[in-house]
Amino acid sequence: MPLTREEVVNLAAIYHIQLSEEEVARMQDEMANILEQFESLSQLDTDGVEPTSHAVPLATVMRKDEPVPSYPHDAVMGNAPDTEGEFFQVRTVLED
Amino acid sequence: MEHYDITIHEARALLGSRQISATELTESVLGRINSVEPQVQAYVTLTEDVAREAAAAADQALAAGATASLTGVPMQIKDVMSTKGIRTTCSSRMLENFVPLYDATVVERLYAQGPVLMGKGNMDEFAMGSSTENSAFHPTHNPWGLDRVPGGSSGGSAAAVAAGECLFALGSDTGGSIRQPAALCGVTGLKPTYGLVSRFGLVAFASSLDQIGPLTKDVEDSALVLNAIAGHDPRDSTSIPGERPDYTKALTGDIKGLRLGIPKEYFGDDLDPAVDAALRQGIKTLEDAGATVEECSLPLTSYALAVYYIIAPSECSTNLSRFDGVKYGFSAGDAATAWETQERTRALGFGPEVKRRIMLGTYALSAGYYDAYYLKALKVRTLIKQEFDEAFQRFDALITPTTPTTAFRIGEKANDPVSMYKSDVLTIPVNIVGIPCISVPCGFSEGLPIGMQVMGKALSEETILNIAYTYQQATDWHAKRPSGLG
Repeated sequence: MPLTREEVVNLAAIYHIQLSEEEVARMQDEMANILEQFESLSQLDTDGVEPTSHAVPLATVMRKDEPVPSYPHDAVMGNAPDTEGEFFQVRTVLED
Repeated sequence: MEHYDITIHEARALLGSRQISATELTESVLGRINSVEPQVQAYVTLTEDVAREAAAAADQALAAGATASLTGVPMQIKDVMSTKGIRTTCSSRMLENFVPLYDATVVERLYAQGPVLMGKGNMDEFAMGSSTENSAFHPTHNPWGLDRVPGGSSGGSAAAVAAGECLFALGSDTGGSIRQPAALCGVTGLKPTYGLVSRFGLVAFASSLDQIGPLTKDVEDSALVLNAIAGHDPRDSTSIPGERPDYTKALTGDIKGLRLGIPKEYFGDDLDPAVDAALRQGIKTLEDAGATVEECSLPLTSYALAVYYIIAPSECSTNLSRFDGVKYGFSAGDAATAWETQERTRALGFGPEVKRRIMLGTYALSAGYYDAYYLKALKVRTLIKQEFDEAFQRFDALITPTTPTTAFRIGEKANDPVSMYKSDVLTIPVNIVGIPCISVPCGFSEGLPIGMQVMGKALSEETILNIAYTYQQATDWHAKRPSGLG
């Protein structure tokens, strides 16, 4: 069953991505087709099974809190689309 | 044989004995790139000037008696790994003009061994895809059949190695992105154990699955490159501590008594009969070399695809949220507010497959669906891991096909995401459980290469490399080169 238009538009809003009407329509069908492939998992009994987020066991890694040189400020800012002085520049965040 | 067709270990012998210079070798590869790149399109960025300088430096080093393992050897790096001062695009409009300030750890480690960077490899955008058709710039063509895909997402890397446009390449493998293109292009591709190779400087796609590895012309080269890139890195918190062995020492050619399992689920109805026949022959070769072979079963195999296509989009949707049009990369200039900048930047900067996976991931992680999809997938991941753990109590390695078919036609699956996803069905389980796996060429069907996978338990690279090496000692599929290019 295709996703509703509202569901797709709502997900796009959560992610802050703009989709065209055509993209929304395509996503309704494509996502439904893909989600259908996931249904098979419900056949498996996973009661009492622990989830695995990483296949190789990991412990929290700590390092010494020692200062190290950072990258030069102007080099970092050189990749920014829009700057003013030392700062990133963005459009209006809060409207009047 | 032309210089561009040789392996790394052959190049080392020729360079070390001064029969050729690094400059001659680099010029041979540059000439090859000039003649075949218009057809193959394996590169996003070519770095001829960097290459010529590095070759000249390598010649000086060789004259002074250099012993670094890759001195003067031409290589390509997939464009998902950061290269200082050289643009790193991920084949995306989002990073079309992005120039990193630092080298990825793997790049640093390679540079320490003296190779020559020819350029950055084309790929599916942000490594999402199985055909390299999702590159925002251009598709890559399979050197064995130019109307065919090279596989993906490391398609530019596999095609460049197959076509002689470099001697080796580094790729990344999240669900098969090294092994599947290696199989479809007739080269050797290794996905190491998760955590063996540092991912610092690799643009993240799905962090619990991504791993970097070599694409080479044979297994000996694979071990040489793995020696250079493997190692603990404090800048990657998932990096496994401790020393790494010399992987070339494991290549003894002796596999007598090793126990090989053949999981029957990898030989299902969807397997092309020609692939099946090539695999049966390949398994016979390993048996003749002294291994014992026994059929086994991994009943959860068919569930791995669903687990992957929940976990990978979920992780990618969080990883790619860093692209906001503010700090680096593309930014939509036509927005009125900061939020609109972000929405428009993603609308214009990401291609269709990336948007699809972001949306799927956002869905699987959203309130109301998290337990049913994401958490369920992580639990099934546990069951799949247990199944592999049990198999590796009985077997030293598992042998399977790498792909169900040979290379499909460009455009054939481009508009059918589910069918495209299914082309990864045999490579995905390895990433879910984090184990190492190598794909080697094991035959041809109608002129197109077929690949065989050797899977081992975590950190058993020495075992699987030796099995694959022993196979290549008995066969010459890996020595074939495509004709009719240029």
